[in-house]
Amino acid sequence: MATKPTFRQEISNLLFAAHGEPLKTCIQCGTCSGTCPAVEFMDHTPRQLIAMINADLKDEVLASNTFWYCASCFHCTARCPRDIDIAELMYAVKRYSIWHKTYPEDLIGPVFSGAFVKTIIRSGRSYEPVLATSYIFSFGPREFLKEATTATSMMVKGRIPVIPPRIKRLDNFKRVIGRIVPVGGPK
Amino acid sequence: MKKYAYFPGCSLEKMAQSYHMSAMETTRKLDIELQELDDWNCCGATAYFHVDEILAYTLTARNLAMAEKAGLDLVAPCSACYKNSYFTNKNLKQDPDLADHINYALEEDNLSFSGSIAVHHLMEVYVHDVGLEEIKAKVSHPLKGLRVAPYYGCQIMRPRKDHEDIESPQFFEDLLSAVGAEPIDYPGRLRCCGGSLILTSRDAALNMVYILLQSAVDRGATVIATACPLCQVNLECYQQQVNQEYGTNFSVPVLYFTQLVGLAFGVPPKRLGIGRELVSTEEVLSYIEEGEPYE
Repeated sequence: MATKPTFRQEISNLLFAAHGEPLKTCIQCGTCSGTCPAVEFMDHTPRQLIAMINADLKDEVLASNTFWYCASCFHCTARCPRDIDIAELMYAVKRYSIWHKTYPEDLIGPVFSGAFVKTIIRSGRSYEPVLATSYIFSFGPREFLKEATTATSMMVKGRIPVIPPRIKRLDNFKRVIGRIVPVGGPK
Repeated sequence: MKKYAYFPGCSLEKMAQSYHMSAMETTRKLDIELQELDDWNCCGATAYFHVDEILAYTLTARNLAMAEKAGLDLVAPCSACYKNSYFTNKNLKQDPDLADHINYALEEDNLSFSGSIAVHHLMEVYVHDVGLEEIKAKVSHPLKGLRVAPYYGCQIMRPRKDHEDIESPQFFEDLLSAVGAEPIDYPGRLRCCGGSLILTSRDAALNMVYILLQSAVDRGATVIATACPLCQVNLECYQQQVNQEYGTNFSVPVLYFTQLVGLAFGVPPKRLGIGRELVSTEEVLSYIEEGEPYE
C-alpha cells in the first residue's frame, strides 16, 4: 500500500530538478534570514519556515505570509552553504498554496499572480492597467490616491500603454497553452 | 557587424521605452544589430512560476525557439526576461523529457526547441562581446565628474549562471568608467529593489527602495544607473511615495546604463528617451554641456 507523502516530501517534490529531499540538509544557520531584504515584514524568517516544513507543520506554514513577501531576489539561494534553492522553495510553497487555495484572504500576491497569468494567456503580453485592478481596490483611500498620482505622472510622460498589446499568432499561442493546460478548448 | 535576436519584453514597449530607444541608438554606434523577435510573448516575470512551472517554461521556450529559427543568440535588456530565458534554456537542455513535453506543445505554433543558442543580458553585449576598449573609442562627450551609483539589482546576477563573481562584480563600474563617469561605491548596489512587491506588498517594497536611495545618496550619487526596467520604475517612479512614507526629500534621477553610454557617445538626449522621467535629469545633463556640440 502506498503511504501518503509527508508535507516536507510534497514540497520537495515541487522543487525543480531537486534530487532527494534538499530541505533535510538545512543546518539552520540563518544565512538566508540574515540576507533577506524583506525579512522584517515576514511572519516567519526563511530559516524558520524551512524548520517548520521539516517539522511537517503544514497548517502553520500555509497560514504564514513569508513566501508572499519573497521578491525573488535570489540572494538567499546564492549564499546558502547547503546549496538549497530557497527562492525556488518560496515559489513551490506559493504554487502549493494557490492550488490548494489556502492563502490568507488579505494578501494581494496570489490574486495578482492569477490576474497576470490570465492576461498573458488572453493576449500573450502583459498590460499594466488590467493588472492594476487586481490590487487597486484592496488599497485604502490614502494609498489609492498616492497610486493614482504616480500612475497619472507616468501617463503624462507617455509611460502607460493605452491600447492592450497582443501577439500576432494568438490562436497558435492559445493552442500551445492548451497542450500544457487542457482547459475548455483553445478559445 | 554582430547580430542578435532581440527580446525587448513587455516593459520596454511603453513603460521603459527610453531603455529601448537608448539601446537601439547605442548598439547602432557599436555596429551591432538587434533584430527584434517577430512575435515574442511575455517571459512570465515571477507570476508564471507562482502558478504553473511547466506553463512558464513553455511560454519562455516559445521565444527561445523563435531565436533558434533565426539562428541568432537571444539578447534581453530586462533582468527578469534574461533570467527566465537563461534558465529555461539551461534547464530544458539538461532535461530532454521536459524539452520533449514542451516541444509537443510548441508544435501548435510550428516551433521547436533544440537548445542551439545562448542567452545574454544586454549589458553583457556591451561589456563582454563589444568590450570596454571599443566603447572608450566611441566616447565623444565623456561624463567627466558625474557621480554614478551603479545599481546591479538581482536577476542580472542571481541565481548564479556559471562561475561568475556574484558577490563582488565590477563590470558595471568598469563600463561607467569607460564612458568617463565616476562610479561610486555604496552598500546597496546588489540589494533588491522590491521587484513586484511594489504592487503586492507595498510596505516592504517602499522600505527596500528607501534603503537603496539612502545608501546611494549618502555616498554622494548624482544619478543611479540601472540595467532593468522594474528597478528603474521602483527607484524612480515611487521615489515620491518613499518621500511621503519616510519624510525624506529624495530627488535622484535613475537612468538606464544605455542612456548614459548614449550621452557619452554624443547622442542627443531626446533620442535616448531622456525627458520621460518623473525626477528631473537636469543636473546629469549639465555635465555634458561642456563637450563637443552634438552631431
